[in-house]
Amino acid sequence: MSTIIDGLSLGSIYALIALGYTMVYGIAKMLNFAHGDIIMIGAYALFTMMNLTGSPIVAIITAIVVCTLLGIVIEKVAYKPLRGASPLAVLITAIGVSYLLQSVAQIIYGAKARPVTLFSLGTVKFGEVTLSLSALVTLIVCAVIMVGLTLFVKCTKIGRAMVAVSEDKAAAQLMGVNVNNIISITFAIGSCLAAFAAVFYLLQISATSPTLGSMPGIKAFTAAVIGGIGSIPGAMIGGILLGLIEKLCQSVTALSPYTTAIEFGILILILLVKPTGLLGRKRREKV
Amino acid sequence: MAILEVKDLKVNYGLIKAIKGVSFEVNEGEIVALIGANGAGKTTILHAISGLIPKQAGTVTYCGHDITSTSAFKLIPQGLAQVPEGRRIFQELTVYENIQLGYFTGKDKKDYDELVEKVYSYFPILKERSKQIAGTLSGGEQQMLAMSRALMSKPKVLLLDEPSMGLSPLYVNTIFSIIEEINKSGTTVLLNEQNARKALSIADRAYVLEIGKITMTGTGEELLNDENVKKAYLGG
Ligand SMILES: Nc1ncnc2c1ncn2[C@@H]1O[C@H](COP(=O)(O)OP(=O)(O)OP(=O)(O)O)[C@@H](O)[C@H]1O
Ligand SMILES: [Mg+2]
Repeated sequence: MSTIIDGLSLGSIYALIALGYTMVYGIAKMLNFAHGDIIMIGAYALFTMMNLTGSPIVAIITAIVVCTLLGIVIEKVAYKPLRGASPLAVLITAIGVSYLLQSVAQIIYGAKARPVTLFSLGTVKFGEVTLSLSALVTLIVCAVIMVGLTLFVKCTKIGRAMVAVSEDKAAAQLMGVNVNNIISITFAIGSCLAAFAAVFYLLQISATSPTLGSMPGIKAFTAAVIGGIGSIPGAMIGGILLGLIEKLCQSVTALSPYTTAIEFGILILILLVKPTGLLGRKRREKV
Repeated sequence: MAILEVKDLKVNYGLIKAIKGVSFEVNEGEIVALIGANGAGKTTILHAISGLIPKQAGTVTYCGHDITSTSAFKLIPQGLAQVPEGRRIFQELTVYENIQLGYFTGKDKKDYDELVEKVYSYFPILKERSKQIAGTLSGGEQQMLAMSRALMSKPKVLLLDEPSMGLSPLYVNTIFSIIEEINKSGTTVLLNEQNARKALSIADRAYVLEIGKITMTGTGEELLNDENVKKAYLGG
């Protein structure tokens, strides 16, 4: 039981990150490989503010602001000039941004892992089972964020414009939609979710280093592809699935050394059976 | 007075010179048709007017303002709308959500309700289908939706790119009579058409486009009776 909750909570962290990948891919048609590193910057923001103020609330708010602004700035400075360039050029730029962020973190904070304790929540007992409270909090907050995001996309004007831009940029412009604004908003939302991911990830590992974002970034990217890149519910399902598999494998001694191999094996299997991912759709070709 | 004026327009796609210096104007209240064979450059001209593609040279003036380098999305609130070739409705959204997006730049709830009623009165079938996913509409219904979406922005000038493409003769007649109705209610229309006979029969004036250049112009009736036009575009 506690493994399931741990799995769901790790999975919902992956889902938050995967949403960033999938939304940016859906709207800007690019893989933002620097997305994981925004989590890392968020973690250092938490580290710095905890040391300066000791207040988790201040630290969390700072991380959210820093990540959101960083996402917008990266898009404006690095990706916007490449709009219409070849996908390969954009991909290489994204990898470059990723290394840039890691190097900057290393210059400022050094390569060593730095301990961060936001707050410790301990455990709760439900009858026989003991559950980690931080896992429960993670799960609940992530669920609220995902429901909120789904409603935002479905029910607001901006959300509807995002769907329109992801389908057909020119047609969206002919509705009066400012595509550049929508892309900025998408990067802002994705990066804001990355800040939340940083908070919950730090609750689990309690230390930050310049490469903190790499592993969850890659796992979440895998989750987004499993769910069908571009699909918001797909990213949620893919993330949760991957988190569950990871925790279940780790709880079985015989399987635990192979956890990552099993996760990527499942990705390959799913892509063999359904090349577009679980909820991905093949776009109908335009006439 | 010309509400829309295109002067010496040139558009290249890489090395391909698609539009090689085209000038024409559309007067307020008119229906003007652009006719020409496949690849003549009709769509390119509309895209250039709407600001969807860059222009190599030339100017576009709309309501007395130079809009040559205005971004596409800014032209919608100014009343210059386009129904693009191939409909390009948002397939994953419902019919109603598509219509709603047509009012993206509008802000007045009452105005919005009236516009929705108006487009439903032009196309009653869309009211019945309001909750249907737009990608599952038939081709003719999609054309109606694309036109409704554009009408939601209360255009002064409506650019229509091949509204009859892929439609059965009955639908073609319906669409063309609605275009005339929209025009009568005060919207100026610039119409691209393969179906030259139909287009010329409703157009006040028309231009014939041949590989990036205008080769002929006249009233709809003059061109309908022109020997060359008959041979090239009206099937002899
Ligand atoms: N994106 C593009 N890249 C390169 N060439 C293009 C592009 N779009 C159009 N062209 C070329 O420009 C010319 C004009 O095309 P355009 O689509 O404007 O023609 P059209 O008159 O609308 O034709 P149709 O009646 O078939 O729609 C054609 O030769 C076409 O091949
Ligand atoms: Mg065309």
